[in-house]
Amino acid sequence: MRIQRIQTKPHLDESEQVDLSLLVPLVQQYKNKRGNTIPLLQGIQNAYGFIPIPAMEWVAENTGLKLSDMYGVASFYAQFRLKPVGKIIVKVCHGTACHVQNATAITEALEEELGVKDGETTVDRVFTLESVACLGCCSLAPVMMIGDNTFGKLTGKQAKEVIRDIREKENGSGCEH
Amino acid sequence: MANKQVIVGLGSCGLAAGAGKVFDAIESIKKEKNLDFDLKKTSCIGMCFREPLVEVIDETGSYIYGEITDVKAAEILEKHILQNSPIKEYVVKTEVFDTKDKGFFEGQIKIALRNCGYIDPESIEEYEARKGYNALKKIASEKITSEVIIQNVLDSGIRGRGGGGFPTGLKWRFAFNNKASVKYIICNADEGDPGAFMDRSVLEGDPHSVLEGMTIGAYAIQASEGWIYCRAEYPLAIKRLNIAIDQARAKGYLGNNIMGIDGFNFDIHIKEGAGAFVCGEETALMASIEGERGMPRKRPPFPAESGLWKNPTNINNVETFANIPWIIINGPSEYSKYGTEKSKGTKVFALTGKIKNGGLVEVPMGITIRDVVFKLGGGIIDDKKFKAVQLGGPSGGCIPEYLADTVVDYDSVNATGAIMGSGGMVVMDETTCMVDMARFFLDFTKKESCGKCTFCRIGTQRMLEILTRITEGNGLETDLDTLIELSNQIKNSSLCGLGQTAPNPVLTTIKYFRDEYEAHIRDKKCPAKNCKPLLKFEIIEDKCTGCMLCKKVCPVNAISGERKLAHLIDQALCTKCGMCMSKCKFVAISKS
Repeated sequence: MRIQRIQTKPHLDESEQVDLSLLVPLVQQYKNKRGNTIPLLQGIQNAYGFIPIPAMEWVAENTGLKLSDMYGVASFYAQFRLKPVGKIIVKVCHGTACHVQNATAITEALEEELGVKDGETTVDRVFTLESVACLGCCSLAPVMMIGDNTFGKLTGKQAKEVIRDIREKENGSGCEH
Repeated sequence: MANKQVIVGLGSCGLAAGAGKVFDAIESIKKEKNLDFDLKKTSCIGMCFREPLVEVIDETGSYIYGEITDVKAAEILEKHILQNSPIKEYVVKTEVFDTKDKGFFEGQIKIALRNCGYIDPESIEEYEARKGYNALKKIASEKITSEVIIQNVLDSGIRGRGGGGFPTGLKWRFAFNNKASVKYIICNADEGDPGAFMDRSVLEGDPHSVLEGMTIGAYAIQASEGWIYCRAEYPLAIKRLNIAIDQARAKGYLGNNIMGIDGFNFDIHIKEGAGAFVCGEETALMASIEGERGMPRKRPPFPAESGLWKNPTNINNVETFANIPWIIINGPSEYSKYGTEKSKGTKVFALTGKIKNGGLVEVPMGITIRDVVFKLGGGIIDDKKFKAVQLGGPSGGCIPEYLADTVVDYDSVNATGAIMGSGGMVVMDETTCMVDMARFFLDFTKKESCGKCTFCRIGTQRMLEILTRITEGNGLETDLDTLIELSNQIKNSSLCGLGQTAPNPVLTTIKYFRDEYEAHIRDKKCPAKNCKPLLKFEIIEDKCTGCMLCKKVCPVNAISGERKLAHLIDQALCTKCGMCMSKCKFVAISKS
């Protein structure tokens, strides 16, 4: 069945509040338009990085959509996340070409480097490690994508180095603040 | 004298290989040294294995340089631009002299990919300069009727390039015959087959050809609105489509009374997919546009009768639409002269896997698989033994080496048990385990099954469990029969193409590689030395120098031994990670 991400934590930490005002323009734009469920959910995800249940409830109340329909759609598509994710999402391609070129080794190396399993987020909420079906860069297999950057013809070692570089930059920018 | 041109390939594959850096380097050198040439961008020419690519055009012709770094780019600017002497050893394609990659282009006929790698995809003027929108202009100026266009498409013999292989002209006729007042046209750009990327390449490299094809389709079936349903995983394609749609609206190729044709109003919207393979199925795709879970619906009624929001709808694939303007300009007979009796024209294939020249090729239907792999593809990496090609993605099957003289057309490929699919061709060598491949695809379809039909939902799960246990050395004698029985039940009782074809990878590998399954089940051996639980790593005493390197890298401390004495692997502890083997400098570790 369609991928269900592992739910290791409740949807939202009690301490975190959802700023519902972010949703006002979104609801204005899509209210009463046909086929609006997916764009609304995409909008919620853009605002928070994932889809908090209170946000879905608020949108349901203010658009007349059924909460159960929204949840059904949100849990169907791989794109929608029902729990918070890291700031940086590391997508490792597991398409056919990448599989043949040993994408498993890339995921294993990253699991080691990040200290999390596939589908999980690091404790500091910086990285989320994910497997994806196909990024369409098959001739450069194995491939991973971080943000809009694609890294091709990887080895486990190179994948680890990419993560270390990003971590260094993250730490660097942290000092400036 | 015209200016020299320097053109950098900035498709997704080029960017992944570092073309962005190369472009920046060239731009800064140009500024710094005040060089006189035009710096341009294009997309992928299909030669992914030589990315990043930089083309230099001077008065003597075009030279495409491959595997360019910022250092090499600086060299090229110095020698070729300033001193007029091309650097021969970096050139991968030119008409001026022979290159070692010449074979990659021989035998290719570019129709769908006619502009990819030749134009800046973000410039409508460059598309127009290569006969872009001429088909639409021709329709307007010669007052060609819908019926004639449909007849042209029918005569060209083009069949749906998304995998189904249904004659496009017929599909259009069904939609045309429905006289409802509101009709829609949809472009299926939800290219989900792992191992296929031709649609991405067309959308990124020549988005206007798809828009023009859709507009012609809309005119033919009299639709007023169009959607492009594009995977969210293709951000660059979506960006370029948006640019192209704005440009086309501004120039009047989209909008009201297009090209002065009274009453021909048509506009196109982009719908971003949300990540579900099953949405490539046309009824699931429409459910997704309507904002619902992407679950297939029963057919009939077919989309031409009752599609999007219950209105008559016509759906074609990206590659199909990209061919349409060419057919209208050049005529159907020009198209149908390529191909075989029942499969006309050309087809784009994505060559990947254990192949030297991985990339996109467009070849006439009827070429043999062997020619694609060896003549265009350059053969197998490290000249290992060619074992099979996987055609058609998770719905397709594996064609073994001894059937490599099969010609590629819809019917010949179907006869092997595989399908043409969207044209992903994954090449496998002797180190690829066919049982593991079957397991890989089942894992994919199991995850992507929408859950509507019981046999697809639970059957794929059961099949995956059986395949997994075979690859772990726990297979049972009865497993192959169970797999075949389950396969047939899933095929017979699933509503949509996903379920009906999900067992194909398993059935074809059992058909052609039964001995490999039996080796896993009976002898607990993986002939391709791929399935980890069945492997045994051993140190060859005579060759081991006792350097202790393997001992150090072993993550589970399974290796023992003193300096300068032969080491030993404790099989009970060994996790078969293979680290020792990859580190050993003396080839003293064997895998069996």
